[in-house]
Amino acid sequence: MAKSAVTVTNLHYTYPNTTKEALAGVSLTIQEQDFVAIVGQTGSGKSTLVSLIDGLLQPVSGQLKIAGLTIDASTKADQLSKIHHHVGFVFQFPEQQLFAETVAEDISFGPHNLGWSERKIQEAIDEALMRVGLPLELKTRSPFALSGGQMRRVAIAGVLAMQPGILILDEPTAGLDTQATNELLALIKKLNDNGTTIIMVTHQMEQVARYANRVIAMNEGAIVADTTPQQLFSYPDKLTKLSLTLPASVEIAQFLNNNGAKLENTEPLTLEELANEIVKAMEKNND
Amino acid sequence: MAGIKVRNITFKYPDSEAPVLKNISFDIRPASWTAIIGHNGSGKSTLARLIDGLLIPTTGSIEIDGVRVDETTLGIIHQQIGFVFQNPENQFVGATVADDVAFGLENRQIAPKEMEKRIDSALEMVGMTKYKDVEPINLSGGQKQRVALAGILALMPEVIILDEATSMLDPLARKEILTLLKKLKDEQNISIISITHDLNEIELADNTIVINNAQIVKDGPTADVLKNKKLLTEIGVGIPVSQQLQSLLAARGINLPNKYLNLEELKYWLSQQLQ
Repeated sequence: MAKSAVTVTNLHYTYPNTTKEALAGVSLTIQEQDFVAIVGQTGSGKSTLVSLIDGLLQPVSGQLKIAGLTIDASTKADQLSKIHHHVGFVFQFPEQQLFAETVAEDISFGPHNLGWSERKIQEAIDEALMRVGLPLELKTRSPFALSGGQMRRVAIAGVLAMQPGILILDEPTAGLDTQATNELLALIKKLNDNGTTIIMVTHQMEQVARYANRVIAMNEGAIVADTTPQQLFSYPDKLTKLSLTLPASVEIAQFLNNNGAKLENTEPLTLEELANEIVKAMEKNND
Repeated sequence: MAGIKVRNITFKYPDSEAPVLKNISFDIRPASWTAIIGHNGSGKSTLARLIDGLLIPTTGSIEIDGVRVDETTLGIIHQQIGFVFQNPENQFVGATVADDVAFGLENRQIAPKEMEKRIDSALEMVGMTKYKDVEPINLSGGQKQRVALAGILALMPEVIILDEATSMLDPLARKEILTLLKKLKDEQNISIISITHDLNEIELADNTIVINNAQIVKDGPTADVLKNKKLLTEIGVGIPVSQQLQSLLAARGINLPNKYLNLEELKYWLSQQLQ
């Protein structure tokens, strides 16, 4: 049986100086090695939820259990920061937070904060660079002399160097071109295959379809769906209400069936699956 | 309506040895939509800044509506060109949406009455009238980008340059902005130059210019460029969904029409086959 990585019970959060709850009673369990996509409009509570899971915010009420730690409204700050030994957070446009003179120095920032020995830190830097597919020669270079895609990899390496069991990514491919996007997603998938639990906030339904085994849809601070991508896409009207889109493969399949075709599977998660469905339907027509 | 003539321009940043752009020439017709695409670092953003006079070419010339872009003509050039940047957060100066739209007009010393009129009509064009007195900080990303666009429309430019202007927006907000731009182009005869790697945005362009290694490697109708899978892959843009699906179907033995089909056309063709 899979072990749970994160258990959230009836979580509430309200930002200081506001009255509306940003999270209004959220409960969920994430299993180890899950690849969870969190979707929802801007302001739906996605970022608040992942910030709580990373210990960046403290719940107003409710409880989180992460890697043996229990967090609630009364948890002390030093206890809260222990989460960072287990959870890594790649923020949106993480390259904007690069600051050090060399790539190695930038990556070592997190491990230093965790109080690791110099030797362990050096090993972690090398391993993190290899994991993100960057050559070790870059260690002595300035991060600001790199391309946009490389800078983002350095920023991600800085998070991976802390060897988190749970990795949160907020729109990790925003602003990247197609090639850099595909490379980064392949990297995240590989981390997941090797045991890292992935929680990815995204607007890109193609990515949800292709990579996530589970999708959580949020609206107005609450979870409105917690299911498989396939299930979620079978309710297009519900998605529209949430201002979410369908991946192209599903959108095309549903368009075809709404216009007289008889595809068996109206939620193909990839274009390959869609092509197979279309071929099957054409063969049937010809019989 | 302003056409743009770019002739033999080369540009080198002062601190670098290799030119970012080498011997570039092309024409942009008035009231047309042109996409400029290429790898990150290919020089496409530099090109946009050269057209706007934010940078001046090392050699070669650029003419907007017959006026050569140089230090002495920037005033005239900036009246014709509006520039929308990637990140709307970096573009806000006003305390309210209306203040923000007013900013460019104040710099041009437009009379208060005329200013009021222009602000209202620009906000109406982008569908943000009811947010006039809202603080920009309280807007969503898509709304902010609309306000940035209104600030530019208020100046009544003939050319709008979008530098990755939709890349930070969620898919729905991106769709809204692109639909709006298409409408502006058609109704106001504005020329649009979009620097982008978003395939949906490229598909809206009449013509596409591809830049690679500081040079133009292709300049032609968008349909021709989007057919060229090898080129698209090389420059990291990726292949349009319509082309990917057609390849997958062809590999499975389906005979497809021998011409470029965009996604809408492909969907209709498929639905006819599947009746």
